[in-house]
Amino acid sequence: MRRNMPDPRPNRNIRAAAYVMAALFVCMLGYFGYFLQAESKSVINNSYNARLDSFSDRIVRGEIQSNDGTVLARTETAEDGTETRVYPFGSLFAHVVGYSDHGKTGLESLANFYLLSSHVNLLEQMVNELADVKNIGDNVVTTLDVELQKAASDSLGDRKGAVVVMEPDTGKILAMVSKPGYDPNTLGTDWDSLISGDNTEAQLLNRATQGVYPPGSTFKIVTALEYIREHPDDWQDFTFDCDGSYEYGDYSISCYHGNAHGHQTLAEAFANSCNGAFASIGLELDLAGMRTLTSSLLFNSELPVSLAYSRSSFVMGDGATEWERLLTAIGQGSTQMTPIHNCMLTSAIANGGILMKPYVVDYVESEEGEQVEKFLPSSYGELMSSSEAETLAGLMRAVVTSGTGSAVNTDAYSVAGKTGSAEFETGKETHAWFTGFAPMEAPPLAGPVSVEEGGSGGQTAAPIARAIFDTWFSR
Amino acid sequence: MVNVVIEVSRYLMILLMAVYTYLGFHFFRCHEDWQRDRIGTWQNAAMFLLHFVAYVILYLKSEDERMVLFYIAQVIFFLAYIGLFRLIYPRVSQVLVNHVCMLLTVGFVIMARLSFDKAVRQFIIVAVSSLVTWAVPFLINRFWQLADFAWVYGGVGLALLAVVWMIGNNSYGAQLSLSFGGFSCQPSEFVKLTYVFFVAAAFYRSTDFKTVAAVTAMAVAHVLVLVLSKDLGSALIFFVTYVAMLFVATSNWFYLGSGIAAGCAASYLAYQMFAHVRTRVAAWLDPWSDIDNRGYQITQSLFAIGTGGWFGMGLYQGMPYKIPVVEKDFIFAAVSEELGGCFAVCVVLICLGCFLQFMLIASDMQALFYKLIAFGLGMEYAVQVFLTVGGVTKFIPSTGVTLPFISYGGSSILSSFLLFGVIQGLYILKKKDEEEE
Repeated sequence: MRRNMPDPRPNRNIRAAAYVMAALFVCMLGYFGYFLQAESKSVINNSYNARLDSFSDRIVRGEIQSNDGTVLARTETAEDGTETRVYPFGSLFAHVVGYSDHGKTGLESLANFYLLSSHVNLLEQMVNELADVKNIGDNVVTTLDVELQKAASDSLGDRKGAVVVMEPDTGKILAMVSKPGYDPNTLGTDWDSLISGDNTEAQLLNRATQGVYPPGSTFKIVTALEYIREHPDDWQDFTFDCDGSYEYGDYSISCYHGNAHGHQTLAEAFANSCNGAFASIGLELDLAGMRTLTSSLLFNSELPVSLAYSRSSFVMGDGATEWERLLTAIGQGSTQMTPIHNCMLTSAIANGGILMKPYVVDYVESEEGEQVEKFLPSSYGELMSSSEAETLAGLMRAVVTSGTGSAVNTDAYSVAGKTGSAEFETGKETHAWFTGFAPMEAPPLAGPVSVEEGGSGGQTAAPIARAIFDTWFSR
Repeated sequence: MVNVVIEVSRYLMILLMAVYTYLGFHFFRCHEDWQRDRIGTWQNAAMFLLHFVAYVILYLKSEDERMVLFYIAQVIFFLAYIGLFRLIYPRVSQVLVNHVCMLLTVGFVIMARLSFDKAVRQFIIVAVSSLVTWAVPFLINRFWQLADFAWVYGGVGLALLAVVWMIGNNSYGAQLSLSFGGFSCQPSEFVKLTYVFFVAAAFYRSTDFKTVAAVTAMAVAHVLVLVLSKDLGSALIFFVTYVAMLFVATSNWFYLGSGIAAGCAASYLAYQMFAHVRTRVAAWLDPWSDIDNRGYQITQSLFAIGTGGWFGMGLYQGMPYKIPVVEKDFIFAAVSEELGGCFAVCVVLICLGCFLQFMLIASDMQALFYKLIAFGLGMEYAVQVFLTVGGVTKFIPSTGVTLPFISYGGSSILSSFLLFGVIQGLYILKKKDEEEE
């Protein structure tokens, strides 16, 4: 064999290549470890992952509980081993708790992995394995409040609509009601009629997160915010003379039931929900600014919500006609919004501009009560400055004290809110909205009420909010 | 009761694997032969114990008596392989022999769990391959004229690839294999070897600009044909290996820089020109939005790995069969799901250990021809492991290559045996040289 003169360079290069490859392997293993440790839980809790279903061969699905430990869903095992999922409150929590037999929805889907993991002590697990007995899955304790949920559901009654109640400074969802509901206990027998094409009631839809409605006058919060941003120093000088209907060219927009509001400042126009005043504002607002604001307020985008939801949409483009612009300013037009989104905007106002991410699962504990995982409040970010939030809160307070929201005005606690009566189809009653928070200082409650074809927000939706607030503050 | 045994055995297997892997790296720190022998023995003990535990579980869960016979056949094979290798070649690198056996063990265990019939076929392939390739180290030692046929290696390799491209069978959108009768073979697995021999032999003769230009043209031709056959994984392996070998042979930073630049440009062009490249990248960036379709394979793989977690579901407790092509390109996901993330990490570390051993051998060889061969084969091996493990774990886009010695497939197994045989030959050559001096 011929031999080359010893040259140190090839070996140096080989060493370098070996180090580079080894470094790549280390990065890959680092990523692998990160995936297993941090990411895998959220990845595998996916309805496409058939593996989780097989967990139920060895584990009894855990309970879903309210914030005081009341059972909202549990699994009962019969003598012969058949398991039935029981929902003690029937339809009351149907949408947020969801179901687990015909696919999975709501918390049954969201917390599937936790419900099918067991953290009973190792010894007991061992004993169970030996005896061929299933281990008991972990319990998921939610932020839901049974009393508030009942109050919201009762006061909504048989009307279609949705209520969401959230704690503005934490993001905890305290109540979430959607009507019409269904009884998850009898889902098996009702399933065919629920999903039949002739059924127009859409009981399975969680209107609180998936229902999209025109926001009506509740959108004036956004319009007012944009106007204040464009006129930081002189917005208080705005005036408008309302004679009950606003004429622009061939078009006319009338105030609710043709009420003439007379001479109005911005605050008064907001309190009285004067369409004429806001339509005239809509014509002069900067379109690009409006789009920036709405996208920063999470229109047309993902929401930090883990339950299945629909996106809200704000679609006014550059070529918008004047008619579109004035309709959009008063929340008509083609803007669409979900109750949960409205809830988040209201909560951000109540919380000094900071939006906390809404969440429903408070903590997970083993069957023996040992905490397995705790979910802490987390901030999504600042939707508006604290002074803007304060200004809007002031405007919303006047809605209740001297405007359309008088139904929730009481000496017992101070409410701020905004009503809305959104037209969606000629000849039908308007959708009624009320979104608000209470009390003004450090509000523990915020949220919207939306009633389909409920008429006026002040007369239909506000009293429902009142009932919820009363329940809370009578404690 | 069976469940308890499975539970306990899960941890036991991970422990044995960890001990084995630790010993594999500890080996590098020991230089005395008696120390190395002792480590090798302990490694064998860990391997046989792990193999035994795994087959106890496989038998308990499948309740199939054939498992027992199959197990015995494997034990005989491993004993014969380890024993005969040391008998015929006393100077063999024992750590590499052990690593091959360990990787084969993992393959036999996971394959028997996936499909008994495939496992048996895999076993026969392994037995035949090891028999066919036993003489490779001898040939490497005997014929130093191997360095004289550079353009023969290059020509034959390129011709084989071209044939596959023109008349190959289409599988998953790529031309990978040729079939004769009922037998199909994947020539690119063997061209990997001729390719490294070609580059090594050519650069051994000369590294002047003319040679470099000619060899580069030939290498580019290999890579292009592979790209046209849509065998992106192999194309990438060939490309990276060539650039690295060129750099080691010439120590020319300009070549390295232009190689890397050309690689980036080619990747960009491939992305623009080929829809299947864009599909792979899209499935990597966001598999979740198209989970039914493009993202199906990788999401199933992530479900498997994630559900298995660090300690695995235990054999027969997971659903590795949900992953398309699990026994070939995605075998690593099945290992991770049922045997555990810790176990899977050990598998990667063992592969890394093999690669480092290759690099040590490359450094120790004196003739540039042998040096380049050891280096080139080592690079091919490492890049292949990186591509398959990275693809399965979504670290990089999936390219569809196999995990040597573990994945199912005759060509992959045979070429891996050839590759390790060549390296063993070089190791023995070096040992002989040392003893003569």
